[in-house]
Parts: sequence; C-alpha cells; structure tokens
Amino acid sequence: MTDPVAPRRVVVKGPTRTHPVERAVPGGREIDEQTGVGEAYMGSLMRTQLRLALKVLAMVLVPLALLPLIFAAFPLIAELMVGPVPLPWLILGVGVYPVLVFVGWRFIRQVERNEAEFERIVSQR
Amino acid sequence: MNATLALVAITLTVAAAVLVGAFGNRLSRTTSDFYVASRAVSPGLNASAIGGEYLSAASFLGVAGLVLAYGVDMLWYPVGYTVGYLLLLVLVAAPLRRSGAFTIPDFAQGRLRSMGVRRAASLLVVVIGWLYLIPQMHGAGLTLRTILGSPTWVGIVVVAGVVLVAVAGGGMRSITLVQAFQYWLKLFAIAVPVFFLVAAWRADGAPEVLTEVPPEFRERTTVTLSADTLIRVEESVVVDADGTLDGRPEDGAVQLPAGEYEVSAGSTLVFPAGATVPTVSSLPTLSGPEWAFPLSNGQDQPLYRVYSLMIALFFGTMGLPHVLVRFYTNPDGQAARRTTLTVLGLVGVFYLAPPIYGSLGRLYTPELLLTGRTDAVVLALPGALVGGTIGQLLSAVVAAGAFAAFLSTSSGLVVSIAGVLSQDVLSARLGSPVRSFRVATAFAVVVPVLLALGGQRLGIASMVGLAFAVAASSFCPLLLLGIWWPRLTSRGAIAGLAVGGGLSALAVLTTIMLGPTGGWTGALLAQPAAWTMPLAFVTMIVVSLLTPSHIPPGVRRIMVRLHTPESLDLDRGQNLTGRGGRWP
Repeated sequence: MTDPVAPRRVVVKGPTRTHPVERAVPGGREIDEQTGVGEAYMGSLMRTQLRLALKVLAMVLVPLALLPLIFAAFPLIAELMVGPVPLPWLILGVGVYPVLVFVGWRFIRQVERNEAEFERIVSQR
Repeated sequence: MNATLALVAITLTVAAAVLVGAFGNRLSRTTSDFYVASRAVSPGLNASAIGGEYLSAASFLGVAGLVLAYGVDMLWYPVGYTVGYLLLLVLVAAPLRRSGAFTIPDFAQGRLRSMGVRRAASLLVVVIGWLYLIPQMHGAGLTLRTILGSPTWVGIVVVAGVVLVAVAGGGMRSITLVQAFQYWLKLFAIAVPVFFLVAAWRADGAPEVLTEVPPEFRERTTVTLSADTLIRVEESVVVDADGTLDGRPEDGAVQLPAGEYEVSAGSTLVFPAGATVPTVSSLPTLSGPEWAFPLSNGQDQPLYRVYSLMIALFFGTMGLPHVLVRFYTNPDGQAARRTTLTVLGLVGVFYLAPPIYGSLGRLYTPELLLTGRTDAVVLALPGALVGGTIGQLLSAVVAAGAFAAFLSTSSGLVVSIAGVLSQDVLSARLGSPVRSFRVATAFAVVVPVLLALGGQRLGIASMVGLAFAVAASSFCPLLLLGIWWPRLTSRGAIAGLAVGGGLSALAVLTTIMLGPTGGWTGALLAQPAAWTMPLAFVTMIVVSLLTPSHIPPGVRRIMVRLHTPESLDLDRGQNLTGRGGRWP
C-alpha cells in the first residue's frame, strides 16, 4: 500500500514582508496600524462571526438538549412507534445526521458570505 | 468460529500498517514533506483521512456493545461524536487553521505567549491521549479473544507492538492516502455485513426485537466463561453444567432457581432453547421496553448522565490531540471548514450501522450479556446470524475493520503524545530529536498498555467518553476563549486548565480504579463533564479578569490572524507555531 503518486516537492514559505507596506486595500492599513477604525472593523467581524456561530449552535443544541426532557416528561412520545421502530431510535439513530450536515452546509455559505462582505468593506475605503 | 479467514484479514491489515510505516519513512522525510504532500490532496481525501483517524474502537465496537447492553440512551454516543464536529466547524476550524499552530500546546503558547500554558497543555495532551489509548488496547484484546480464544493480553501486546514499530519507524500517519483508505475500509467493514444481517433476519421471519421480556436463547446454546463471573438468573432454568458453580464442582444437569451465582473461569453452561438469558451482575437485565425506550436502562440518575455525556462529547471533540493536527493539512481556513463539513457527513454515515448490530445482537448473540463482553457484538453477530462461508467471510471483514480502527486511532494518538513528550520533556535531556522521539514513542505506548492490563474493565465507548470529558473540561475552554475572547490571560488559562482538567481527570481516574459505582456520587464521577466544564470556563474567565496585566502583548494582531480570510493582504504577525519547526 505504498503511495503511487510521489508527492511533488514544493517550497513553502511564509509571506516575507519587510515593515510597513502600502496595502492594496485602504482599510487594511487601518487594521495593520490598529487605529480606531481598524479596531472597529475587527470587532465587527468577530461579533458577526460569533453571532452566526452561536445562532447555528442554538438551532441544533437547543432541540437536542430538549429531547431527553421531552422523553422524560412525555412517555407517549418516547414510546411512539413508527412502524416497527420507536421514535427515539429514528431521531437519534438516523434523523440527526442529515440535519447536522444540512446545518453545517448552510453555516459555511453564510460564514463565507460574511468574509466576502468584510473584504468588500475593508477594500472600499 | 473458523479463525483462519479472520486471522488472514487481520494479518493483512497489520502487515499493511507496518509496511507503510517502513516506506513512510522514505516517502516523507521532513515535517514540510508531510504537510506539502497533504496539501496536494483534495478536501474529500483529507476529510476521509480525518474520518479514518477519528473512527476508533469506540465507534467500531463500543457503540454497538453499549446499545446491546443499555439500549436507546446509548445512541447519544454516536450523536455526540458527530455533533462535536459541528462545534468544531462553527467555532474552531477556520481560526485554528489560520493560527498556523500544529498542536494545542503550540496554539496555547503562541496565543498566550507563555511557556507555562504550553506545559499545562502538553501534560493534558498526554493524559487525554493515554485515556483514549486504553480502550483501543482493550478492543484489540477483545477482538483476538473473540476470534482466536487467546487471552486478552495477546491482542493488547500485538496492537501495541505494531503501533510502536509503525510510529517509531516513520509514522504511518504521514501518508494521508493511507488514513483515507482506513476510513473506507472501516465503512465497508461495518456497512456491508449489515445488508447480509438484515437479509438473514428477514429470512428468519423478522422476529421482534422489542419483546415484553428480557432476551431469550433462541436455540440450545453453549456458553463458556473465561473469567470468574457473578451471574444473575432471573427465571429458574435447568442447565447442563461442566465446571464450578458457587464453589461446587458440577457435571451434568443442574437446576438454577432465580438468584445470583458465582461461576468459575473455564466453566461451560448449556442452556435450553427458550431460556431467559442470565446477565452478568455488572449489567442490568432489561425487558424489551426498558431497553427500547429512553431513560429506563437501570442506571442511576439517567437524566443527569445523558446531559453530562452530551456536554462531554459535544465539547470534547475539539480538544482531542489527534484531531487538531490534521487541520493544518488544509490550504486555508475556508478549506478547513469544508473539510470539517465533509468529515461530519462521513462520520454520520458510519454511525447508521452500529445500532443495527446492537439491536440484532439482542436476538442472536444474547450470551454476550451473560459473559459481559457486549463490545464483541459486532464481531460475533455475522457468524451467529448469517453463518456458513459467507458468515465466516463477514466475520473476517469486521475483524479487519476493527483492527484498522485500533491501528489508525492508536498511531495518531501515539504520534501526538510522543511529539509532546519528546519536545517538552525529553529532548533537552537526550539531545538528538530522533532518539528522543523514539524513546517518547515507547513511553507513550507502554503506559496505556500497563493501564489496560491493570485497570478496571469498563466498556470501550464509556472509557472513550471519559477522555472526551477531560478534553471538554480543559481544551474546549482554552480554544473557545483563546479564539473568541481577547482578554484571556496566561494566568487565567493555566488556572482553568488546572481546575477543569485536574478535577475531571481525578473523577475519571477514580472511576477507572474503583470501577463504576451507583447513586449520585457514581453518576458525578462517571460523567464529570457537566460540572467540570462550566467550572473550567468560570475559572478561566474570572482569573483572566483579575489579572488583566497578563493579557499577552500583540493580542490584536493575533485576532487579525485568526479571524480574517487569508485572501486579504494584512499584517498577521507570526505563525502560532511556538518554537518553530515542531514535528520530528
């Protein structure tokens, strides 16, 4: 089981940068020099992203966290049969997974949109 | 069971691992070779590699075993293992890739500019890694015992030996393609038998799993107990015994009224068809409804246990030492997110299978409830239900898949532990980095072997759950606050790691040493995450607020590095790689 394709050798280098450079994007300098405007950019980016992350997590974690309570409080739901399979097995054994993938997919679309928007704002100034 | 086929399959898996270890040495000589080679591969392959490393003995054997023994509540394990990746995706994946850190200690040191935090993180990598390795060893012992009837220590020593050779010889993890292959091998090995199992179950008239009574032997069944076992007989039964019962030698028909019996190692009991299966005293005897419906599996404080388990698994995944390092193999933060999403899908598909094994095991391998080795259900079921040549082939396939699971996860963990041990503990003393890495590898393998041979026998997946609890109580707050909260200080981080990691590790060690206990104390110790994780967060935040002078200089620049897309041309300061080239 050897690797049939020998990995190509590529030189990896960090961005070599001598000090203050003229940024292609005007807002970039504000961020580099940590001016009030730059800090405002960064603060707004982090807040937007964190808010999105928490929103996505709330959408998934709150229903999941309620499940055991619902099962404990309403035995009728916990013992509901869907064909030959009890409902909790269907939810936890099958149903959760596509939901997780779908939510993750929507998150990526939105988070990348946020990043593009940030780039746009920073470049505009 | 005819062992030859299974032995051939296992041998092939092991041989492949050793050979790759040997060739890996030639193919990837330096750290950057490894990472550059990885960057030439697609996110799909990269995600397969992460999945290959992540799906361990707990996923392959443990989940089905827990479902067989305790029923529906155990489905939270695979759900938790998967939700953990969603948290990783939305909170950690991109910033961590952008940080440039290879390992959690690197991240801790780079983010907080403190060697103290690095040392605390390194210690925790070792603790969590060892906790995670013990059940892999148990799984290997159990697999060889199920197939060959060899003593448990044989499998433990075999896996430890292979991992030692492979990792010290070159590191099998160095080749993404191999880890990716391991994922598909495991998926094939667990999914293909499912079709045969379900077909055989239907051909058998699709008997009800959810019966009103505890499991029964469907046919005359011979059970040999290989260890002294305390069993609980629920319904009076006449068995054909050959061995020692309650200290009396027996040979022939014995009437066993309901009650508990001490059966000595090596005894053989033959049960008639239709007899209720006695249960080993450490497992509950569950009727169909108790097993199939939530929160009725006989454990103390079931609701607390479920919630604490959820917290441990949801928040622990991001802190596993062998998971993080692969994020560096993505070209940028956005690719890291896409890879994580793919992993989520791959892992989710895999987890559709284990509950089916656990359920059918109630019907066709109920004797595992008597011997207590419920983790063997994935291995035993194909032979018991399908039978014949096909059954043997399927048994060989699951055995190979199980070994792939032990080997890939163990070597990933051993590389992580050995990396930390050699850099932070040994290299100053031994000089040569290669030599210190080899010594560290040996140390990283031998300690969990000793613990696996000595400690209490907990279920494989429960044991892995304990490792998650420690990770959730230490690295989760470190990563989340480190990424999202600029006011985190080195003092706060150290205090939080000490409180959360220390208390959860203490609870876990108590559970391992004393075995599971009942009541509230038992529940709090066996599932500590619900109290240790919040405590770790509070400690980190409060101590950080009290020590504002320890906010690292340049934290603003670090936040720029963590959160802005790479396509923007900005000053991001240095990679958070600690002391430069880290990996041996």
